[in-house]
Parts: sequence; C-alpha cells; structure tokens
Amino acid sequence: MGWLSKSLNSSIGKKIVMAVTGLSLILFLTVHFINNMFLFFGKEVFDTLVGSLDAVKPIVRVAEVVLLLLFGFHIFNGIRLWWENRKANPDKYYIDASKENSTFFSRTMPYTGGILLVFLIGHLATVWVKFNFGMEGTHHYYDAVAEIFQFLPTTIFYVIVMIVLGFHINHGFQSAFQTFGWYHKKYTPLVEFIGTAYAVVLAVGFSAIPIYFFIRSMGGN
Amino acid sequence: MEEHNINLTLKIWRQASATAKGNFEEFKVSVSPHASILEMFDEINNNLEKEGKDPIVFESDCREGICGTCGLVVNGHPHGSKKHTATCQIHMRSFKADETIYVEPFRAAAFPVLKDLMVDRTGLDIVQQAGGYVSVNAGSAPDANAIPIAKEIASLALDAAECIGCGACVAACKNSSAMLFVSAKVSQFALLPQGQAERYERVQNMVIAHDESGFGSCTNTYACEAECPKGISISNIARMNRDYFVSNMKLQE
Amino acid sequence: MITLDSKVPEGKLSEKWTNHKFNMKLVNPANKRKFDIIVVGTGLAGAGAAATLGELGYKVKAFTFHDSSRRAHSIAAQGGINAAKDYQNDGDSVYRLFYDTIKGGDFRAREANTYRLAEVSNNIIDQCVAQGVPFAREYGGTLANRSFGGAQVSRTFYARGETGQQLLLGAYSSLNRQIKLGNVDMYHRREMLDVVVVDGKAKGITVRNLLTGEVESYTAQAVVLATGGYSNVFFLSTSAMLSNATAAWRAHKKGAAFANPCYTQIHPTCLPQHGEGQSKLVLMSESLRNDGRIWVPNIVGEKRPVSEIPESDRDYYLERRYPSFGNLAPRDISSRSAKYACDEGKGVNGGNSVYLDFADAINRIGEPAVREKYGNLFEMYENITGENPYNVPMQIYPAPHYTMGGLWVDYNLQSSIPGLFVAGEANFSDHGANRLGASALMQGLADGYFVVPYSIGNYFGSEKPEKSDVNGAEFKAAEESVKESTDKMLSINGKQTVDDIHRKLGDLLIDKVGMSRDEAGLKGVIKNISDLREEFWNDVKVVGKAGEINQNLERAGRVADFLELGELMAVDALDRDESCGAHFREEHQTDEGEAVRNDEDFAYVAAWEYEKAGSWKLHKEDLKFESVELATRSYK
Repeated sequence: MGWLSKSLNSSIGKKIVMAVTGLSLILFLTVHFINNMFLFFGKEVFDTLVGSLDAVKPIVRVAEVVLLLLFGFHIFNGIRLWWENRKANPDKYYIDASKENSTFFSRTMPYTGGILLVFLIGHLATVWVKFNFGMEGTHHYYDAVAEIFQFLPTTIFYVIVMIVLGFHINHGFQSAFQTFGWYHKKYTPLVEFIGTAYAVVLAVGFSAIPIYFFIRSMGGN
Repeated sequence: MEEHNINLTLKIWRQASATAKGNFEEFKVSVSPHASILEMFDEINNNLEKEGKDPIVFESDCREGICGTCGLVVNGHPHGSKKHTATCQIHMRSFKADETIYVEPFRAAAFPVLKDLMVDRTGLDIVQQAGGYVSVNAGSAPDANAIPIAKEIASLALDAAECIGCGACVAACKNSSAMLFVSAKVSQFALLPQGQAERYERVQNMVIAHDESGFGSCTNTYACEAECPKGISISNIARMNRDYFVSNMKLQE
Repeated sequence: MITLDSKVPEGKLSEKWTNHKFNMKLVNPANKRKFDIIVVGTGLAGAGAAATLGELGYKVKAFTFHDSSRRAHSIAAQGGINAAKDYQNDGDSVYRLFYDTIKGGDFRAREANTYRLAEVSNNIIDQCVAQGVPFAREYGGTLANRSFGGAQVSRTFYARGETGQQLLLGAYSSLNRQIKLGNVDMYHRREMLDVVVVDGKAKGITVRNLLTGEVESYTAQAVVLATGGYSNVFFLSTSAMLSNATAAWRAHKKGAAFANPCYTQIHPTCLPQHGEGQSKLVLMSESLRNDGRIWVPNIVGEKRPVSEIPESDRDYYLERRYPSFGNLAPRDISSRSAKYACDEGKGVNGGNSVYLDFADAINRIGEPAVREKYGNLFEMYENITGENPYNVPMQIYPAPHYTMGGLWVDYNLQSSIPGLFVAGEANFSDHGANRLGASALMQGLADGYFVVPYSIGNYFGSEKPEKSDVNGAEFKAAEESVKESTDKMLSINGKQTVDDIHRKLGDLLIDKVGMSRDEAGLKGVIKNISDLREEFWNDVKVVGKAGEINQNLERAGRVADFLELGELMAVDALDRDESCGAHFREEHQTDEGEAVRNDEDFAYVAAWEYEKAGSWKLHKEDLKFESVELATRSYK
C-alpha cells in the first residue's frame, strides 16, 4: 500500500483527496439541505421526519462515522495544504495584484474553510448534541431549532457562515472537476455555472431558516 | 515616432546576495515611450556604472519573449499586467507619466533570490530531467511520416509545448506551485503518439520531482494561466491530473 | 604553425559520408565510458551533441552560461528547418537541397560539407518527430511544409513561428534524459574563458562560475564548442543580449584558425532603431515583402507626415532599380538599397528606416485578407512600435542576424587544434558567403546529432588521447591568465562604460564592414578599431568585484574579444577583393549593383591564424568544386 500513501501525499494526491471528500460533503449537504427545508412545512412534518430516523439509528451512526471521516480528511488535508503552501511561498509582493489574476473565492479557500470549521464545531456541539442526547425522549426538534434562532447574534452568525459556505462551494465545486481532470472548453463553463447556482441555492436556503425563525420569534411574542 | 519622454518613479528591489536583506531603491527616470522596460534598465545601469555604482542585476537574453530568461514582477504582475507578453516586451508607453512602478523579483521558496532581481530557477530543470522527454536515441527514429497525427492533436500539443519555462506561473501562484509548467510538458507528450510508451511513468516522475523541488500544491486559483506570457491553458493541468490518477491505478508499482 | 587539411574523403560526392563513416575508427562500447568530452554551449548543436554523445556511452560534461540549457538563442529562430524529404512530391532531392545551399552561399562553401548537411537533413526531421516535436500537420495527419527563402520546392518543416523553440526543446529533452541517466553532467552559469591545450591537443577548458566568480578548470579528452555566432559584434543585431564570441575567440587565440570572418548576413526586414537606448533589433518575417511595397520620400529632409506625402514624392527604389524582382529582390540587394537611401538622407524623418507599405495590398485584396496572411506579424509590430500598420506604413531597416564565418574546421568538424571540435553557427563550414533561410537550424542539429558524435569516436579511436591532470601546468596557466585579464579590467577605472565602447565598435562596423564595404573604408576602420581597443584597455570602467555575480565584468570580457574580432572582420573583408554573397565590395559590382565574384583568385576559405592582437597570418584552403559548376547568381 506504499504506492497509495505516496500518491495521496503528492501534491496532486492531496488535491484529489480534497476533491473527493469535498464533493462527498456537497452530497451530504444536499441531503442536509433537503431535510432542513422540511422546517418550512411546519413542526409536525419536521418532527416526524427527524423522529423517524430513530428507527434506522444504526445506519445513521454508520453514516455519521463516514461523514466524520470525510470531514476529517477534508479538514486535515486542507490545513496541511494551507501550511505547506505558506511555506512554499513565504514572501509576498509589495504590490498585491492577485485580484487581477484570480477570483476572491479561490484565494480565500483556506480562510472560508477555517470559518466553516469553527462553525462546524459549534454546530455539532449545540444542534447535533441537542438532537441526539438532549431531547429527553421527546421529538420536539422543531422547537429546538426555533429556540436557537431567537437570539440575534446566533442568527447573524449562522447567516454569515452560510454565505461563507456559498463562497467555499462556489470555488470548490468546479475546482473538484478540474482536479479530476474533467476540463473541457465546452462543458467547463456549464460546470462553473452549476457550482455557482448550487452555492447560491445552499447559501440562500440555509440562511432562510435562521432568518425565518428569528422573525417568527420577534412577531410571535 | 516623435514623442516626449515620460517621467517615472521606480522602486526597484535591491538585494546584495541570497542571504542579505533586500529593500526597494528609488530611481527617478525620464524615459522614451518607445523603450522597453529592460532598455530602461540598461540605461539606468549604464549611468550607475558611470558613477562607479553596482548596476542592478537582472536577467534577460532574447528580448523577443521566447527564451524565458527574463522575469520581473512589475506592479505585482509577473511580466507586467499586459496579457501574453514577457517582461522584455513591456514598453514604457504603457505607463502613465509620473507613475510609480514597483519592480520585484519572482518570489517563491523554490526560487531563491541570488542578487537583486535575479533568482535561481534550477527546480524547473530538475522537473524536466525527471521525465520531460521521449526516450529515443539519435539515429533510431522511424520515418517522420510513419505515424500520422491529427492536425488538431498536433496543434494542441504545440499549444502546450509553447511554454518558455520562465517560471511566471510559480511567481503568480499564491502557493508557488509549478503545476502549469509541469502539465505543459506532460500534456505535450500525453497528446502525441510518440509520448505514449512512457506516458504514465512520466507524469509520476515529474510530479514527484515537482514536489521535491519545493513548489507548493495547486489549489486551482488559475493565477498561473492569467499571468502566463504564452497563455498556456489550465486544461493542461486537468489533463495531467487525469493522467496522474490513471497512472496510480495502472502502473504495476 | 597551422596546416589546413580539409580531410574531405575521396570518392563521389554522394558516397563520401557513407564511405567516411565506414572508414572511421570506432570505440568499443565498453571503452566509451573511459572517455570524457566537454561540450560548451547547449543550443541545437551543443545540446544535440551532448545528448547524442551521452547516448553513445561517453562521459559528457556540458556547459552553459545560462541558468538553464533551454535558453540558448537557437530558441528564437522562427521560420523553419529544411529537409530533402520530398514529401510534397515536387522534385526535391538531397542533391537539390545541396545545390540550393551551395549556390545560395555563392559558391564559397566546402562542397562535401554542404552535401553531407543535405544528406542528414532527413534524419533530423525523423529524430525530431520521434522526440515529440509538434511540427505543423496537414488534415490527413502528415507533416506540412512551406516554401521559404526563394526555394522552388516546398521543403521547410515548421511549428508556427516557433520552430527554433520546438527543436531546441527537443534537443533539451534528450539532454535532460542523459542528465537523468548520469551520462551528462550539466554545468550551468559557467562561462568558458579559455581552452586548455596540452601537448598540442585540446584537453579541457577554464570557466568562470558566474554566481561565485570562481575560476574553475575541467578536463576531458575532447572539447566541443557549440557557442553560436558573433553578430553581436555589431552591438545592435537580432542576436540575444548574451550571445558572444568569447569561447570561439579564446580558442582562436589558442591556435584555432578563424575562417571567413567577413561573411556576416544582414537581414533586410527588421524593426528600425527607436532611439539611443535601443538594446537589440527584432526581425520580422521576410514574407512581408510579398505584399508590402518599400519606399522612401523622394526629398531629402522630408518633414511631412506620411499621409501627406503624395505618390509623386515617393521613391519605390527597389521597384525602380529592379523592375523584374521589385520588392522581392534578394536579401543583400534589398538591405544595401535601404542603406543607400538612408545614407542619402531619404530615410523616414532623415533617420535610418524605410517604409514598408501595405496600403496597396489592402486596397487590392482587402484588410481581412491581409490580416489572414500577416495578422500575427502586424500584431507584433504594433506591440513593439505602438503603431497600427493597417493605417500607417511599417518602418523597417536591415539588421545583422547571422554569421557564416567562424572557427575553421575540417570535414570532421575538428578545428586546427586537434581534439577541439566546433559545431553549429560557431564553425564556418556549410553556408559559404551567405546562408539561405531555414538552414541554420538544419546545420545545428546535423552537426550535433549526426556529425560530431561520429567524428569524435574516430578521433578517440585513432589518436587515443590521454586524460590530463586538471592541476597540471597548462590548466594553472590558463586560470592565471583568466584572473589576470579580469583583474586588469577591474583596475582600469576609466570613464567609459562597456556599453559605450561596444556601441562605438558597432557603429564603426555596421558602417564600414556592414552591408557594403570598400578598400578605403576598410583600411580606415582597421585603424579605428585598433584605436578603440586601446581606448578600452585604458579608459573602460568596470565596476564590482571578481568574486561575485558581476554582469558588468561578463560583458567587459566579451567586448574585449569583440574588439579584436571586429578588426579581423575588417582585415578579412579587405583581403577578399571580390563581392560574394553577403560580402559586398563596392569595387566589384555590375551596373545593376549585383555582386561580382572572382572565382579565379578568391575561391578559397580564408583561415586566419592569430599571432598577437591586431596581427594575423592568412592560410588559404582552396575550394575545389567537383560536382557543381560555378554560376553567377542572377535576379533578372
């Protein structure tokens, strides 16, 4: 297996790891997104849906382990790339012309990734822990969500992070295709368009939840 | 062609040796708009020499944009901001009167500064030595027309082969990655029938040599393509990635 | 004392090379690794030779003063490379390529060498294609050809306008392979400053490490110089900034005869000088003359802008003087005529440039058609000059760009120093007094891939040269003399910079030893150059130190050599009291201004032996033409 670790640790290997895990995480986000959209169908629908997962708990746990590994590789490799690339280019130019030769999204991947990492930890520590261990046998998931977004700072934080997520995916999606070598004069613009559209949908959709619940909490009281 | 000289302020990077600390030195010049930027440097140097001062060390040779020797970072752009031109093809008429111009060397850990604006690009040669060839001895070639090559393929291969090895891709990359450079050579041979026999060993060996030479990893920002004086396309990087992936699956070891 | 023996093999012209290859001594494969070879220069000839010698199993040390072997000036050749493949079925043959080349050289080349060049031309194309050189192709996938330089057949292989680049990168890739295999040790950033001769044989070189300033010596049983031409003696030329004659010149001073130094080609369609600060000249493809009309204002001191000069005040001088050939007159005539017009004061704005006007072509075939044919050249012109040639006529002026002269070599490409071989533009052998288009690349690769590798084996097999000690007296002496001259240059501390003096030399040469020459001018300029050399050694200012990166010092050494070579060019031009090819003596021309050769007295190679600065002894190698009849070039 020496060849495998050798190839995965090469510069292209690391890219492939980022692309494979990144695209997988995008798939996960799609499921997560669809799931979350059920919040807009009301408390009953959402609680039933989430509660029904209890029946397939073992599968969920396996999926979570896979997810953990995906995140782990993606984050570990990302940090490693960032660190090594900093070492490869320690001195910056006095005049920074990078905005004229590359996109903001591509340049900021390590930073948007960092923000997402902080968010991820916070999100798991609150929502995931609450949903898995804090429900005390009830299925009031909807209320738990509503509770979180009563607070303006939390709401703002979530909205900002979701925009950052959009940035990250906007570059990450088409970048993964490039890494796999799927570049074609005719199709690459389409891939770029899909990536951007997808990033916008995710960012807007996910942001809508905190905003919706916050506005509801204002009006509701 | 009768136009007046333009006055410029230059901030030029001076660094006595690889280990010395560098800084910008200011020059006020009045230069013909028809002169190239390197001719302006020649004139500054001629004056410095007259005064008994050390001239600014910079490299250049063909001054036609093909040899890849020159490479200055002008206002943050390797080879200046004009697309598809090398440093030697920058003419002073592209600057505004009284502008301040910053000139720096290529910066990358793999390109240590030797003196002033001159850097060491040995890493690029090492990458080529690792596999940038078809193993054919002089005298053993079949007739040149024995293998037909589609016009489009030959043309794509030439697009890649036009790389002048200047290192601007490395200088432009925020990660100092030389992937555009590596992929240009990998692509040229991956496209042509002559390159097939060693296709997968080549990409393996060249990528390993790239990594060992201290270049960073590509993160697909495409700054390389934007700054490349020959307009080498990132589609070459995609082709190399694909070949690298396949090579890992295919090769016996 | 030099004796010239061309060592041309006996037999029919077409069988000489084959027979010679058979008669050559061979080196047993197992013994090859016991032989060290130094190759200086990594252009087409040098990289080709180093790679091929490595493939054969010799231990090669290759040297370049560049940071990478890929930077050699072969890379800048645009047009193409000739070969007698006859892929177009248009009647080409090895003999026809040979004949065109020797006729193009105005019958001043050695027949056997030129024939061999044509003979191996086909192998070159095969080799390059096998290396992965992406030549232009037809839709069916076969190689494309174009016609070039007035040849009547289509035999030029090309890769867009970058043929030299692609061929050099091919040779560079072969060289890299041998470096990886450990057969070639590559030394970058080393400038050769002397050849070391031990017991009459070339046994090594002395170089300056351009990064540290250290003087280093390397030993070998044979030395190959592939260090290019000397056009930069003119200061302004189409050569690269660093191109120089130092390696060849230092070898010359150690006993290698220098042949035909006055044969320097001046290309008619280059961009004119824009001002004082000009560093080099840029060549534009000659194909522009197919549709462009060349003219100058009829009035000396014309001040009107070009659009206001009426037809009646324009002098289409080529069309006027050569009605049948017009703007397509050959390179030398075209170059000279431009010079005459400008010397009369009719140049654009009284300066040194003439108009190349496409207005008629645009009227006739339309701008899109012109764009289709010349778009990339027009773009290049606009990029450099800032003027749009679709609206304003181009301005052009001739510029030095190739030197047919060089170190004298025999049929084996061995110089008059045994063990010192010279390949490519650095030698004199194949082009005579004038080089045809698309044949410089051909010669570089022929010498590198297919000639030097054979003849060095023969040298080893027959002469069995011993290894020399790098600490021997001859090496130490060479190092000392290099250091001495370096210290001398650094200590003068005069008032003129190296470039100032180089420019003066260039002005003298282009004026008197350029496109046209005459006795009085040559006699005068010999004296002027000699004086300028004095000026250099008394008044030059070279800054910095010897033990560091010092580009000023590098240039100073090269200019010091140009100051001697320039004089020899004039001496040779004076000796050659005839006109031939690129060497045009005012005294010898027809009424139409065409060159008049004197085959009776001057069908020889002038090989000059160095005695001391400013003093040479002439040796003549008579040129025997067994297969071709000497004809007069005619452009009627």
